[in-house]
Amino acid sequence: MNLDDLDGVDRHLINRLQDGLPLEERPYAAVAEELGIAEDDLLGRLARLREGGMLSRFGPMYHAERLGGGLTLAALAVPEADFDRVTEAVNAFPEVAHNYRREHELNMWFVLATEAAGRVAEVLDEIESATGLPVFNMPKEEEFHVRLHLPI
Amino acid sequence: MSTATPLSLEADRSPGESDAHRRLRALLEQGLPITSQPWATLAEQVGMTEEEVMACVRRWQAEGMIKRLGLVVRHRRLGLQANAMVVWNVPDERVALMGHRLAREAAVTLCYRRPRRLPDWPYNLFCMIHGARRERVLAELAAIVERLGLDDLEHRVLFSTHAYRQCGGRYAREGAA
Repeated sequence: MNLDDLDGVDRHLINRLQDGLPLEERPYAAVAEELGIAEDDLLGRLARLREGGMLSRFGPMYHAERLGGGLTLAALAVPEADFDRVTEAVNAFPEVAHNYRREHELNMWFVLATEAAGRVAEVLDEIESATGLPVFNMPKEEEFHVRLHLPI
Repeated sequence: MSTATPLSLEADRSPGESDAHRRLRALLEQGLPITSQPWATLAEQVGMTEEEVMACVRRWQAEGMIKRLGLVVRHRRLGLQANAMVVWNVPDERVALMGHRLAREAAVTLCYRRPRRLPDWPYNLFCMIHGARRERVLAELAAIVERLGLDDLEHRVLFSTHAYRQCGGRYAREGAA
């Protein structure tokens, strides 16, 4: 599934749900009414989008720190010849939520999300051991709130 | 259902939290059920009533544990191929002001202050800009630089070339439920 498989209603639906879902007994019915479609139609579309891998998350967005969890962004400078091996080693950790290759000397950037805050430092140590590379740990110090919305 | 002993960390963290609440949280992490009455669906699975589930989620929202109910798109699949992390080296006394101003820009989807890692990494303000193409992202960035008068700030644009993993963070595991 890709963008071309989405019709105008799918796009409206995605854009609308990025703004959040009301906490009501029948939240989808409320959104369907706003969009002028039937609830069943909305449920079918949403299930298709989720099964088609178009959504990375659907439901509650947790505040990791308030749940007692840990969260950080970290980077590695990976030698080109080692890239596949290091990718595999890093992604083997279930705590790695995102991992992106970026154009910079620090070319691997990953987000760790751990159940317990203290686990972040342990996982970073384990990643250093597993990869043989120094980890640049850059936890957030302050968040500047944006309106999270990507119009498609 | 009381299977294994709850993880001690879990117990320590939320002493007042019942097994049903922990199960609810773990289930919710997999996403909200796509059913007409999703709270009733969850309630049935964890042995609570629909009202109890909704009250619980409402409380978690009020306490800030749940930031919002909604959707996060897999941006590459949706055609937003260009994903730029723009990093800035901002004097410490200006960084809060700059962060707030950048976050107000429509093109900016995340904005954080992070520590410098000198000498390799002098940048302390990070923001994300997504777009269909690199040229569009760079044009957005140029417009922001001009609008906010950021010419004097050292910055770098780190486009991503591959996403090796993009999934939601998991903060409560099934095993902890």
